Amino acid sequence: MDRRKLWAAAWLAFAIYLLYRATLGAGSTYVMESDNGNWVYADPVEYVAGGAVFSPIRTLGVWIAALLTLCVLSYMYRDNPYYRFAEAVIVGVSAAYAMVVAFWSALIPNLFGELWPAFIQSWAIPGLSAEHRENWWLSFIPLVLGAMLLWRLAPRGSWIARWPLAFIVGTTAGVRLIGYIDADFVSQIRATMLPLIVRTAEAGTIDWGQSLQNTLIVFGVLSALVYFLFSVEHKGLAGRVARVGTWVLMIAFGAAFGYTVMGRIALLAIRFEFLFDDWLWLIDPLERRDGIL
Amino acid sequence: MYDFFSNLDRRWIFLAMGLAVAIPVLFQLQFPESSSALSEACFTAIEELPPGSRVLLAFDFDPASKGELEPMATSFVRHCCEKKHKLYFMTLWPVGVQMIDNAIDRVIRADFPEMVYGEDYVNLGYKPGYEGVIKVVVSDLKKLYSTDSRGTNIDQIPMCRNLKNILSMRLIVNVSAGFPGAKEWIQYAATPYKELSIVAGCTGVQAALLYPYVPDQLPGLLGAIKGAAEYEQLVNAAYTPADATPVAKYLEAKRRMGPQFVAHLLMIFLIILGNTVYFLQRAQARRRG
Repeated sequence: MDRRKLWAAAWLAFAIYLLYRATLGAGSTYVMESDNGNWVYADPVEYVAGGAVFSPIRTLGVWIAALLTLCVLSYMYRDNPYYRFAEAVIVGVSAAYAMVVAFWSALIPNLFGELWPAFIQSWAIPGLSAEHRENWWLSFIPLVLGAMLLWRLAPRGSWIARWPLAFIVGTTAGVRLIGYIDADFVSQIRATMLPLIVRTAEAGTIDWGQSLQNTLIVFGVLSALVYFLFSVEHKGLAGRVARVGTWVLMIAFGAAFGYTVMGRIALLAIRFEFLFDDWLWLIDPLERRDGIL
Repeated sequence: MYDFFSNLDRRWIFLAMGLAVAIPVLFQLQFPESSSALSEACFTAIEELPPGSRVLLAFDFDPASKGELEPMATSFVRHCCEKKHKLYFMTLWPVGVQMIDNAIDRVIRADFPEMVYGEDYVNLGYKPGYEGVIKVVVSDLKKLYSTDSRGTNIDQIPMCRNLKNILSMRLIVNVSAGFPGAKEWIQYAATPYKELSIVAGCTGVQAALLYPYVPDQLPGLLGAIKGAAEYEQLVNAAYTPADATPVAKYLEAKRRMGPQFVAHLLMIFLIILGNTVYFLQRAQARRRG
């Protein structure tokens, strides 16, 4: 049997297995009406008890999410059209979602709601005050800057977009500069000024653990800084300290890598949990289907 | 043998890692957890506040990091509810609103139905503007937030009426997946305004970047799912009756540490194996001259 037939047989077996799980109810989603009239997710046990109804559209959502998950995981084998399709869907949906959310949570309440509050209240946000706030006319500045930014899309005069862009770059740089100088420069230097010998408060004896920790922090920071000191040739004492700095940096990178691995495994685990729990109903960690399967 | 390992198709490694994660998920393997100083600091920061304190819960994450961060978000909300604090939810991420709604549904509506929206908790929702939002809300919250996430006028919400800015918060609890997140809250809120205290939970990728802020600028930090499991255990120990088992949703982080343990064992084995093969190959090459 050639490889193509083997793959076809494997896919067929998988499809039959999915059909079998679907007949058991796998992937089914149920909803119930909440106190405020919204339809919210309900557990299968509530459906069996008669308090919830089957939701075909949300069930379809679970199946689509599961199949897209498999499409993304298929990249592990090799690049393929299914993976690219899933990637394009994620990018497109994310961009559209962010745009719509930004429109309703920033442009409408914070810009148009400031300039024409009565109109926005009557049309979009009933909870908004219909009165103008103090200095409301200042909101014309972001409106004009926003319009200038969109000029980039016009066939002529796209240079006009450079002015608001310069404003954004300038203000962002200014805000970040202050934030970094205070939190990442001055405060970090202050946090490194530590006593190398720490005494316990009660007995006045040396706290060896804390002293060692402070010494490691101080010498770790100094040696790492020496590694980046390129005005002095890394020879003799400077070379030896820089070498220690390299080790300090390697340990920091190792710790960061270890944390990254932990994060990625957690993400893989939640995907498997989704596939085994929400989709295939193979496990029930949240005890939502007690006594059903 | 050496050639076999050095030319091993990487897809076998992927398969092994997949199985190392999938099998513990399928069999729901769990291991005991013990808390660290940083998770205890997070717990103490919330625990020692007097009941009814204002706490800002900034949930800056989205579904992509939900698996890692939702368990700690759930535990933070539960802990604040148990202490009867006043909760102000907000997010700097567009999809963060759904993460807040999930936490409210899972914890407040399910287990604390006596809490009233607008009096005990409020969802201020999402505002775009990255760190700019933080810069504004530390001085004038209502300049940006004229309504909550439901569109209700903020002046009609009892717990927001006298709220001028976030400096009146006793604590900021940030759950962060990246930019903007914990780093920005430290840079633009906790560092310049010493009266503001912050604890954070973050993804593994971010944890190494946040450790330099501990303890002066960031007293408590939950790093990735391990930090979440430690904190979850502390909250369960304090607020689950001794003769009862915690509800399954309050054991999510512990459950997700099972796959971590097995996958890490596999990684350690692969790193040792890879290095052994490398050094043996090098020694063999030297002998051959």
